[in-house]
Amino acid sequence: MRRLHQFKGGVVLKEHKKDSTRMPTQPARLPPSLIVPLKQHIGSAAEPVVAVGEKVLKGQLIARAGDTISAPLHAPSSGTVRAIADHPVPHPSGLPAPCIHIDTDGEERWRPRERNIFNFAELRPAELREIIREAGIVGLGGAGFPAWVKLDPQGRAVDTLILNGAECEPYITCDEILLRERALEVLAGLLMMRHAVQAKHCIIGIENNKPTAYRALVDEVRNTGADVEVVEVPTIYPTGSEKQLIQVLTGQEVPAGGLPIDIGIVCHNVGTAYAVYRAVELDQPLISRTVTIAGSVAHARNLEVLIGTPLAALIEECGGNRQALRRVIVGGPMMGIAVHSDAVPATKTTNCVLVESAMHDVPLPSRDVFSLPCIRCGHCAEACPINLLPQQLYWHARAQNFDRVQDYHLFDCIECGCCDYVCPSQIPLVSYYRHAKSKIWEQEEEKRRADRARQRHQFHELRLQREKQERAERHKKKRTAVAKGGDDKKAAIEAAMARVRAKKAAQDTAPKNTGNLTPEQQAKIDAVDAQRAKARQTAETTPADDDA
Amino acid sequence: MNLISPPAPHIHGGSRVSAMMLKVIVALIPAIIAYTWFFGWGLVINTAIAITTALASEALMLRLRRRRLAPFLGDGSAVLTAMLLAFSIPPLAPWWITVLGAAFALIVGKHLYGGLGYNPFNPAMVGYVMLLISFPREMTGWMPPHILDQLEIGFVDTLGMIFLNHFPYDLSLDALSSATPLDLVKTELGLNNTVSEITANNALFGDFAGTGWEWVGNWLLLGGVLLIYQRVITWHIPVAIIATLFVIGSFFFLADPDTYSSPLFHIFGGATLIGAFFIATDPVSASTTPKGRIVYGIGIGVLIYVIRTWGGYPDAVAFAVLLMNMAAPTIDYYTQPRVYGHPRGKS
Repeated sequence: MRRLHQFKGGVVLKEHKKDSTRMPTQPARLPPSLIVPLKQHIGSAAEPVVAVGEKVLKGQLIARAGDTISAPLHAPSSGTVRAIADHPVPHPSGLPAPCIHIDTDGEERWRPRERNIFNFAELRPAELREIIREAGIVGLGGAGFPAWVKLDPQGRAVDTLILNGAECEPYITCDEILLRERALEVLAGLLMMRHAVQAKHCIIGIENNKPTAYRALVDEVRNTGADVEVVEVPTIYPTGSEKQLIQVLTGQEVPAGGLPIDIGIVCHNVGTAYAVYRAVELDQPLISRTVTIAGSVAHARNLEVLIGTPLAALIEECGGNRQALRRVIVGGPMMGIAVHSDAVPATKTTNCVLVESAMHDVPLPSRDVFSLPCIRCGHCAEACPINLLPQQLYWHARAQNFDRVQDYHLFDCIECGCCDYVCPSQIPLVSYYRHAKSKIWEQEEEKRRADRARQRHQFHELRLQREKQERAERHKKKRTAVAKGGDDKKAAIEAAMARVRAKKAAQDTAPKNTGNLTPEQQAKIDAVDAQRAKARQTAETTPADDDA
Repeated sequence: MNLISPPAPHIHGGSRVSAMMLKVIVALIPAIIAYTWFFGWGLVINTAIAITTALASEALMLRLRRRRLAPFLGDGSAVLTAMLLAFSIPPLAPWWITVLGAAFALIVGKHLYGGLGYNPFNPAMVGYVMLLISFPREMTGWMPPHILDQLEIGFVDTLGMIFLNHFPYDLSLDALSSATPLDLVKTELGLNNTVSEITANNALFGDFAGTGWEWVGNWLLLGGVLLIYQRVITWHIPVAIIATLFVIGSFFFLADPDTYSSPLFHIFGGATLIGAFFIATDPVSASTTPKGRIVYGIGIGVLIYVIRTWGGYPDAVAFAVLLMNMAAPTIDYYTQPRVYGHPRGKS
């Protein structure tokens, strides 16, 4: 038996997990169109490799990974690319983002199988990582960090690979049901991951409120004889947070600002292990995942959902009334995002769709709109699993005192919401921290930009000065040159001027085109000239007429 | 379709300031009953006067500060302040003492600093100290236990004494009142009597502290333990105060039992227990970090003992609390807990 440790604080929440585990998982209905967001995780967006109007097969690559921290996307079903355009996505901002829209043809035709792996243990770890990378697998538990990056210890020794099946947020049961139904596949995926990181030990951590899932795993471990420890951990929110689970299982803490790999630990979600199994064994990229649909729906349950399926379709499939929706939360009630529209699609990180109807038939006791001032009771500090002082953070975040707020380790906050949950003044604490974080990032970005601008400006000044100097030197050179050879030049100019004057004079006196005149013409001209001369004479004698 | 999209978390545990205050108020009630049993209806009447004045002052200040009335009047903090203040005023003090104290506590001690959550000092103690310094005669008119029972002075008579200064049997406040055990020990020690001489055969002294006072203390202790159990307060401050008094008290008592009272006398006498569980634990003005709370409690314990033993006042809880209130922000800054993932030995 492994000796378990405790993390500080945390809260005990009502679980609400029974409803959605009554029915087995089944594939969600194929929607008429799938909307696949190009950016579904931390890092950079994927780049589309299909054109509008192109036919795609299920599992076909439709967008390749961007920079390092990115993951490729695959067509979740066969059909036609209708558009590559902005669409609402599950993001707190509610802003639309570029998505690939696919009209499904209902045939679900797979792309041909590209590889057959009979024994993954024969692959080199790097090859295994490459398969996982190409399958577009990201962490299915939370932020969706590309899985292959976390599976690359970069030469560092991995002592323990932890598989996170804690699933501590209320309502969410997708990991639990996956473990119940697919324990063997999850275990296989875990062993593949273990091979990729060459971990010495393997632990699967499950909260002790899922005895069926625990037993299923224990049975499979016994049947297969795998060297894997299955450990039940106490049900305290947020045990499912990576840092807390590592602390509970190993007693070690992830260094601040560091990663679990710094202490020889790699942590992955059970859903990710299943995705790895499917990619390696079945050659299937990550195009679907288990999603819990819970809350104000007639049949709360888990569905195998194609990435890109609009949430509205899932809610309707589970008997939710779309007209009466009040709040749709993607994720759990503690850390999930309340989306602005039910048209947003399910993504690789959508573990739960929690529906609240205007009828309030599901207890989601919200914070009061009016919060009282902080009374410094310190309940937040008692609940904080990171051992922060939330009320001090709040105080300085509210005062926009961003230096002080960092003194109090704002950036160690995991935004689990425990402080918020216990606050008797009902202050939206986490919102203050998020706001302060984004302000600090903004300021840093601004500072970087300002630094760049200042550098550019200094360079510009320097260049202007240099040009001025160069010009001055050029002028000086010219002036000296003019001074030295001045006489020749003057003479040349004088000569040119004289030539011009002579030409002008000639033009004035000699009429043009007078070469081929007939005698009659000549006579006429002479007559006119005579008249003109006469007129000129009269004009000269009576100048006053002009004035009249 | 209009979806609302508030930020996470989307659920709340349901804790409220008003509920916390109510729990503290309830925890205080057994002690109030015990107090009334020993010292008559004065406390009940004073509590009613103080609550009325406190709520009126709070409403007035909220109006002047253009704040919403309902959430703040309903938070229970003014009621609690009033109750703690009434507890520290002699039971037969004239009504205007209580009115002045409660109004001063709320207006100056609380709202001039910004109201709920912003007062650096415990408002009840601000009101009490103002009264003690300004009206020493009225504020030291304590009574021996059961004297009102013996004289068969009931509720209506007490009302008359407090509101109309009308004393039955041609009595006066001076005639009724006597020194508290703490007072007596202090005065008599000054006259070079030994502690055992002072306490022997004096009905004012009970088993380990003052008669009556020890029972009030027991109920305060029970209420305080209940508050810790309900997680309204943490153990740090009360345990630190009591332990400090016990340690220092024992040291001097063992060294010279004739000159120094027993540690139990210090713990169960005077305002130690109400101070430790109900006054020093006022979250707004106390230290908030676990280590800080212990430092804060030790500070209060030391100050109580020092002022009681060598200072000019027989009791010192109010001064000790107010002095440590001043130090609380600094204590908090230097006692930050180690954050997850940060090296030990550094904050």
